[in-house]
Amino acid sequence: MFNMPYGVSLLSHEIWRLHMAAFYVCCVIGLVVFSVLLYSLVRFRKSKGAEAVHFHEHLGIEILWTTIPFLILVALAVPATIVLMHIHDTEKSDLTIKITGYQWKWKYEYLDQGIHFFSNLSSTVEQINNQAPKSQWFLREVDNPVVVPVDTKVRLLVTADDVVHSWWVPELGVKQDAVPGYVNENWFYITKPGTYRGQCGELCGVNHGFMPIVVEAVSKPEFDQWVAAHQGGNVAALQAAQLAPETEDQLMTAGKAAYLKSCAMCHQATGEGLPPSFPPLKGSKVVTGPVQANDAFVLKGVPGTAMQAFGEQLDPATIAAIVTYIRHSWGNDALNHQHGNPVTVQPADVEKVNSAR
Amino acid sequence: MAGMSDRKLTLVLLAGVIFMFGFSYMLVPLYRLVCKQQGINGQSVRSAATVDPHMQVDRSRTIRVYFTTVLHNDIAFQFRSLQRSVEIHPGERKLIYFFAENQTGKDLTVQAIPSITPVDAARYLKKTECFCFTQQYFYQGERADMPVYFFVDPDIPKNIKEITLAYTLFDASGFEKKKERYHRKGRIDV
Amino acid sequence: MTETTIVSGQHAHHDDHHGPAKGIARWLFTTNHKDIGTLYLFFSLIMLFVGGVMALLVRVELFEPGKVLMNPEYFNQMTTMHGLIMIFGVVMPALAGLANWMIPMMIGAADMALPRLNNWSFWLLPFAFTLLLSTLFMKGPAPDFGWTFYAPLSTTYGPASTDFFIFSIHMMGASSILAALNIVVTIFNMRAPGMTWMQLPVFVWGWLVTAFLLLAVMPVLAGCVTMMLMDRHFHTSFFNAAGGGDPILFQHIFWFFGHPEVYILILPGFGIISDIIPTFSRKPLFGYHFMVYATIVIAFLGYIVWMHHMFTTGAPLVAQLFFMYATMLIAVPTGIKVFNWVGTLFKGSITFETPMLFALGFLVMFTLGGFSGLMLALVPADYQYRDSYFVVAHFHYVLVSGSLFTILAGVYYWLPKWTGRMYNETIGQWHFWLSVIGMNVTFMPMHFLGLAGMPRRIPDYALQFTDFNQICTVGAFIFGIAQLFFLYNIIVCCFGKKPRGLPGRVWEGARGFEWTIPSPAPYHTFEVTPELTSAEARAKF
Repeated sequence: MFNMPYGVSLLSHEIWRLHMAAFYVCCVIGLVVFSVLLYSLVRFRKSKGAEAVHFHEHLGIEILWTTIPFLILVALAVPATIVLMHIHDTEKSDLTIKITGYQWKWKYEYLDQGIHFFSNLSSTVEQINNQAPKSQWFLREVDNPVVVPVDTKVRLLVTADDVVHSWWVPELGVKQDAVPGYVNENWFYITKPGTYRGQCGELCGVNHGFMPIVVEAVSKPEFDQWVAAHQGGNVAALQAAQLAPETEDQLMTAGKAAYLKSCAMCHQATGEGLPPSFPPLKGSKVVTGPVQANDAFVLKGVPGTAMQAFGEQLDPATIAAIVTYIRHSWGNDALNHQHGNPVTVQPADVEKVNSAR
Repeated sequence: MAGMSDRKLTLVLLAGVIFMFGFSYMLVPLYRLVCKQQGINGQSVRSAATVDPHMQVDRSRTIRVYFTTVLHNDIAFQFRSLQRSVEIHPGERKLIYFFAENQTGKDLTVQAIPSITPVDAARYLKKTECFCFTQQYFYQGERADMPVYFFVDPDIPKNIKEITLAYTLFDASGFEKKKERYHRKGRIDV
Repeated sequence: MTETTIVSGQHAHHDDHHGPAKGIARWLFTTNHKDIGTLYLFFSLIMLFVGGVMALLVRVELFEPGKVLMNPEYFNQMTTMHGLIMIFGVVMPALAGLANWMIPMMIGAADMALPRLNNWSFWLLPFAFTLLLSTLFMKGPAPDFGWTFYAPLSTTYGPASTDFFIFSIHMMGASSILAALNIVVTIFNMRAPGMTWMQLPVFVWGWLVTAFLLLAVMPVLAGCVTMMLMDRHFHTSFFNAAGGGDPILFQHIFWFFGHPEVYILILPGFGIISDIIPTFSRKPLFGYHFMVYATIVIAFLGYIVWMHHMFTTGAPLVAQLFFMYATMLIAVPTGIKVFNWVGTLFKGSITFETPMLFALGFLVMFTLGGFSGLMLALVPADYQYRDSYFVVAHFHYVLVSGSLFTILAGVYYWLPKWTGRMYNETIGQWHFWLSVIGMNVTFMPMHFLGLAGMPRRIPDYALQFTDFNQICTVGAFIFGIAQLFFLYNIIVCCFGKKPRGLPGRVWEGARGFEWTIPSPAPYHTFEVTPELTSAEARAKF
C-alpha cells in the first residue's frame, strides 16, 4: 500500500527501479539540505546570542551548488532515457489487443483471434449507494476481464470513441491515453499469472471513477482454451439467451438486473435521471411511445452524447429485457396502456429493428 | 525598453499581448506542421506524398504493416480492411483495399482519419493515394472497395519491423465540403 | 484602510491634499494603489473560504467509499470549481494585491503607472467570479471537466454552463493582463533615481518576471477558450477529429499557457520569501545576483516544458526526451534559490516571528514538493504517477505550502505596515502550526495513494484506499479550521480597537524604502521621489 507496485511486467519492474532511484536521490538531497537548515535554525538563534555576519555572496559556492545538482540530474536522466527507449520498443509482439475507451466502459478486440467484447464495472448501483455491502473488489471488478497469456509480448492499440480516456494498470506499468480519432501503442509482457486491476486515468465525465480494468494473466494453454471458447464473434452474443420468446417474468427479472448494470448509472435506479444531462425515463416520451422507436433509441443511441449505441454492446435478449423493464416501471406501464402501446418486448422484435436499420 | 514613456511602453506591451493572442492561433498550423514532420496523429498521411523517382527497394528486409479500423460512435457502416496485414520491403509500393458499406439508412458524408503506430515509425509510412485524403460521400446502401497506395520509406530505422495503420471512420455531417460529393476519386464501387 | 492624511516625505507636495473618499464610492472608484491592493486581498480572502469549503465538501465525499454526500456529477463540479477558484480567485489576486500595495513603496513611487487601469484590473474580477459561481445555480451542471477543461469533454460534451465559464476566463485573463501591463510600466519607469536593476528588491524582480510571463501566456489561454467557443458554436473543428482537428492540440495550447501559469503562481512568492528570510536573519540575502538570474532562468525554462503534462498522450521518443530533460533542468535554478535561502540563514541572527515561521515552513515543504516534481519529470515513472493522487500531492505541496504560505508570510509581514497594528503573535503561531500539521496530514498520504494506484478526480474509490483517504479528510478539516486563526488576526489588525501606530521599521532587520515611512502607511506616500544616489541615502535604505 505504501509504494508503487513492483508489478509483474518487464516494464513495471524497470519503472519501479527508476522510481526508487529517484526517491533515494531526493532523500539524500533532502537530508543534506534540511540538516544544514536545521543546524542553522538551532545554532544561529538570536535568543541564544548569535550575531549575524555580513557575507552575502560567494561565486565559488554558487558554481558548486549549480554544478553538483546538474550532475545528479544527468545521473538520473541516463536510466530514465534507457527505460523510455524500452517502452518505445513495441516490436514483434505475439498478441495484439485493440482497446477502445467509451463513456464509461472499455471495449476489447483481439484482432487476430476475432474476439471482441465490452467490459463494464460489475459493482452494483446498490453497493455504490450504500444499500448493499461492498464486494471485496468494489469499483475494481468487471463483467468481462481481459484475458492474456503470460510470457507473451502483448501489443496494445489504444483509442477512444468519445472523449479522452486513459488505460492504466499499475502492476503492468502501462498507462496510455485513449484519444478519439487516433490510435496509440503500448505493450506489456507479464511474467506471473494473476489478476491485475486498474482504472481509467483521465477525467472523462461523470462516471470516470466507474470504468475499471481487469486483466487476467493465465498460462498459454489456458489462454488458447479461452480463445477457442470465445471465438466467432461477440462474447456477449455467445453468452446470451437465444432469440426465443420469454415470459414477462423472465424479461422483468433480467431487465431489472441489466438496467441496474448498464443504465442506472445515468438514468438512476428510480428512473428519474439527472436532468438535463441524463433525461428521466419515468414519463419519458420515448419510453411511453411506440415500441419500435424505443428499441431503435436504445440500439442506436444518440451520437455526440453519452447515450451510446447499445446495440453494439448488448445482445437482443438483454435489450428486450431492459426495454420491457423500463416500459413497465415507475408508472410508465399506465401511460403505455393509455396510449395503446405494447409494454413487453421480445428478443426477436429487437433483432428485427436492429437488422432493419 | 528603458527610457520609453509610460504611454509608449504600454502600447508596446499591448502589441505584445495581441501578438501572443494571434500566436495561440498560429499554434494551430504550427502544430499541424510539426505533426506532419514527425508523423504524429496521422497528420503526415492526410495528403499524397511525393515519391522520389530514385527510391530503391530494400530487399534485405521486410516490414509487416497491419491494418485496423475503428467505427466512431458505432456508426452503422461496414468498414474493414480486406487484409489483416501485408509484408513489404522498404521502398516497395503496395496497393491494398478497404471495404465500406453504408448501412445507416440514408446518404452520408464520412471522413476516415488515419493514425499510424508506433509513433516513432509513423513518419516513414507514406501514401500516394488514399480514400482518407478527402471526405467520402456514400449513397444509402452503397458499397465500395477503397484503395490505399502506400510505401515505407527506405530510411526507416532497421529496428522497426511492424507498423499499424488504423483508420477511424467519422460521420462528417456538419463538416461537409460540398465538392467531395462529386469526387469519387479512388473509389471502386462494388 | 488608512484614514490619516499626513503626507510623508519632506514636505507637503499638494496644499489642497485630500484623503480617501468616503463610503462605498471610495472603493468603487479608487485609483490609489493601497486601496486597490486592499480590494484584491479581501477578494482573495473571501474566495479562499469559498474554494476552501468546496475542498472540504470534496474531502467529505472522499471520507468513505460509496456515496457520502453528493452524486458524481456534483463532485466533478466541486473539484473543477475548487481548482479554478484557488488558482484564479485566490493566489493570483492575492499576489496582485501584494504587488499593488508594495511595489510602488518599494521602488519609491507615489502610485502605479496607470492608476485608472489599475481600478479596472481589480473590478473585472468580482464580475468574472459572479459569472463563474452563478453556473452552480443554473439549470444543468456547472463546469465539471476539471480546471484543465480538456476537449472534447469540454467542447462536444460540455454542459451549457461552459460558455459562461469561457466568458469568465476571458475576464479573469483581461484582469491579469492589465495588471501585468501596469506592473511592468511601473517598474520600468518609476524607480527612484539610483535604484539600478541590481538593487531592485527581489519581490519586485519576482513580479517583473511574472508580469512578462502573464503578458505572454494569458493571451494564449484566451485563444484557447475562444477556439473552444468556436468549436462549440461556430462549427469549427480545432479539437474535433471528425472535422480534421485534434484533441491533443487542445492539450498543447492549454499547457503552453498552463505551465508558465504555475510559475506565475510562485515567482512573486519566491520574492516575498527572499525579503522575509533576510529580515528575520538580520543578514542580507545570500547571492542576490544568482537569485535574480535563477528567477529569469526559471521563467525561460517554464516556456519549454509544457509537454511534461502530456507524456502519456502518444508522443514520439525524441519529444518526450526533450521535455524530460528541460523539465529536470528547472531543478537547477530552483535548487540555487533554496541553497541561497539556507545560506542567508547560516550564520545569521534568527528570530521566529510568524512571517518567518511561514517562510521556513515554505522552505521545507516547497522543497518536498520540488522532489515529487523531479520524480514526475522522469517519463517512465510519470506513466505511473500521472493523473493519480501522486500528482495531487505534488501540486498541493507546491501551491499550498508553496504559493499560499508565501502569501500568508507576506500578509503577516506587511500587515503592521498597512494597518499600524501588530497582529497577535500567539494566534499567528497557532495559525502556522495548525496549518503545517493540517497540510501535511492532508497531502502526505496522497503520495502513497497515488503510488498505490488511486486515480485523480474520482468521487468514490476501491476499499483499500479508505484509511489514507480518511486521514486526508481529517487533515483537511484541521487545515480549514487553522485559517480561522488567520481571519481573527486580519480582523484584529484591520478593524480592531487598539490604537494605530508602529515604528516605520516594524521589523528590526527589515530594509527598503517601505520601511522608511510610518506605519500605518499614509494614504499617499513618496509623492516626493526619494533617491538612492547618495551614500547616506543608501545607508538609510
